Amino acid sequence: MRLAVDGREVYAYTGTRPVDPAKPAVVFAHGAANDHSVWLLQSRYFAHHGRTVLALDLPGHGRSAGPALASVEAIADWLAAVLDAAGLPQASLVGHSMGALAALSCAARHPAKVTKIALLGPAAPMEVSDALLAAARANDHVAYELINEWSTSAGKRIGGNTVPGMWILGTAMRLMERTAPGVLHTDLAACHAWGGGLDAARAVRCPSLLVVGARDVMAPPRAARALAETLPGARVVTLPDTGHAMMAEQPDAVLDALRGFL
Amino acid sequence: MTPKPRTHGFDTLTLHAGAQADPATGARATPIYQSASFVFPDSDHAAALFNMERAGHVYSRLSNPTNAVLEERIAALEGGVGAIATASGQAALHLAIVTLMGAGSHIVASRALYGGSHNLLDYTLPRFGIATTFVDPRDLDAWRSAIRPETRLLFGETLGNPGLDVLDIARVAALAHDHGLPLLVDSTFTTPWLMRPFDHGADLVFHSATKFLSGHGVVIGGLVVDGGTFDWDGRGAGAGSAAARGKFPTLTEPYAGFHDMTFAEESTTAAFLLRARREGLRDFGACMAPMTAWQILQGIETLPVRMEKHVANARRIVGFLRDHPMVATVSYPELPDHPDHALAQRLLPRGCGAVFPVGLRATREQGRRFIESLRLFSHLANVGDAKSLVIHPASTTHFRMSAQDLERAGITEGTIRLSIGLEDPDDLIEDLSRALHAAGKA
Repeated sequence: MRLAVDGREVYAYTGTRPVDPAKPAVVFAHGAANDHSVWLLQSRYFAHHGRTVLALDLPGHGRSAGPALASVEAIADWLAAVLDAAGLPQASLVGHSMGALAALSCAARHPAKVTKIALLGPAAPMEVSDALLAAARANDHVAYELINEWSTSAGKRIGGNTVPGMWILGTAMRLMERTAPGVLHTDLAACHAWGGGLDAARAVRCPSLLVVGARDVMAPPRAARALAETLPGARVVTLPDTGHAMMAEQPDAVLDALRGFL
Repeated sequence: MTPKPRTHGFDTLTLHAGAQADPATGARATPIYQSASFVFPDSDHAAALFNMERAGHVYSRLSNPTNAVLEERIAALEGGVGAIATASGQAALHLAIVTLMGAGSHIVASRALYGGSHNLLDYTLPRFGIATTFVDPRDLDAWRSAIRPETRLLFGETLGNPGLDVLDIARVAALAHDHGLPLLVDSTFTTPWLMRPFDHGADLVFHSATKFLSGHGVVIGGLVVDGGTFDWDGRGAGAGSAAARGKFPTLTEPYAGFHDMTFAEESTTAAFLLRARREGLRDFGACMAPMTAWQILQGIETLPVRMEKHVANARRIVGFLRDHPMVATVSYPELPDHPDHALAQRLLPRGCGAVFPVGLRATREQGRRFIESLRLFSHLANVGDAKSLVIHPASTTHFRMSAQDLERAGITEGTIRLSIGLEDPDDLIEDLSRALHAAGKA
């Protein structure tokens, strides 16, 4: 469906179901240089199991108009504005990587609007290497290549995708390559600069879930530990043999973690 | 300093891509999952599999674990996003076409095509309302002027069959994209070891996996691979252009046959494969048998070493034939007198494959005597086998084509097509030499 926030078009995938404010809502927020399609299986599941689903394209990504937002707080406020635009008073937020930071910030800044937060591949702080930032700033393709390598666990870089016939590395690369120049750098810089992760975690009052990939080198398990200790009553699910690209690597395990929480 | 990304090389991918030690048994070789169906853990899981909420296998017409390894492997080798294994190369071509268009649509195709592809486009698809204009693959103006408002696809072979016209993929793809159209390439003769069409701008690739990918000549199978770059809805993200808008409703409008799914919104990079599997395999049903997928995987494991020897042997045979008095022409793009020599040097630095036509200075009777005198070369309708093969296209693979179409495709009554295998090249040269001698005396 198409929404408008601040006069700019927003695309939200709804699992081919209409938005129904009477149903509990789940909003999915993707990571850097991605779009809604990374949530295909999980978002369809909830859309067909009694929830209203908005799997968003963040500003400047996928089908949503730009520009990309330059800070985690800006994305967090935008998520709250999307709920208003969709006529949803409240929603659970599910975020991956940069989207997880935005969901965390949104729960702290807009507590009345957020019922639960599920943070996949989170880190506080989410430091991005100088080399990767520099490559992204230069719109050098090597930035995508490094992200692809670091985001996918060694086993899944070879194969064994659970989605029949699909090549995880190729799919992830083609998706990132569709991002407009500059967007990846904006995203990574926003993650890198955000120092408010633990403050936000202290302010959160809603239930929270952290889903951590045991082999995540983009947001390693140790980078999520402080968040887990700070978020009151946080539930933590660690997926074995899983990298940062967890929705692609372990779609069913991610879904099961979310089902048990949402 | 920017770290260097570490990706697996081609040879490693031919052995490993798509596969892991079998999670159920630890088997190192990919098992043959010879099962029509797969048990659902519970009703909710079953419904979720049917509705694309979970990943997995339901029924082997739609997907199968052995086929999935093959599909993932060819996608990795081609540099695409995914693939679908089909019952034959012809089924792969058919699946690509019917996923993108219906009655009232139009294709622009190279006229230098495998006879079977020509049959499908020229004789059979018009009955279903899909017309094709055939053009000289070397003539970019001809491609351009053949495009109509209802055109939905440009199609050619990496190396045209049988004259080895080299398709200038980058230029034809750029033309296609300017018109909001995808370029489909038949890469059977080259395999990804010689060239990866996506690297040059192609959008979809298909193979008759029966040929070099298998190498053993014991199965029939096809593969269609999606590069994942084409922008089906013309949003301006990816290859293509705004001219694509409205041209591909099968991918950009809700499909009543699958819960009003709009495939281009479900999957940003693999809308084509989603529709092809969810509709094309489901309804047309030209799936690959798991045993076939396993046999093709065995072939791909040795693709690099086989292709290297195919090419080395082909070069030896080309050199021998070119100097033989009974040979009028040898059409091989590595030869300086081939019209696509310069293009081949650029596109195909590893070689131009092992299938090529030879024009004999011979009567029809002498041509017949030549073929029948060969002992190592097998007279049959196939290419890309580990064994050397020979055929007379005018009376076999291309016999339905008119004399004029034959001439346009670069085939004469005296054209012989050779597929050079992996035998000792001296033995092949001896076989050819003796058969040419016998033909000369006929």
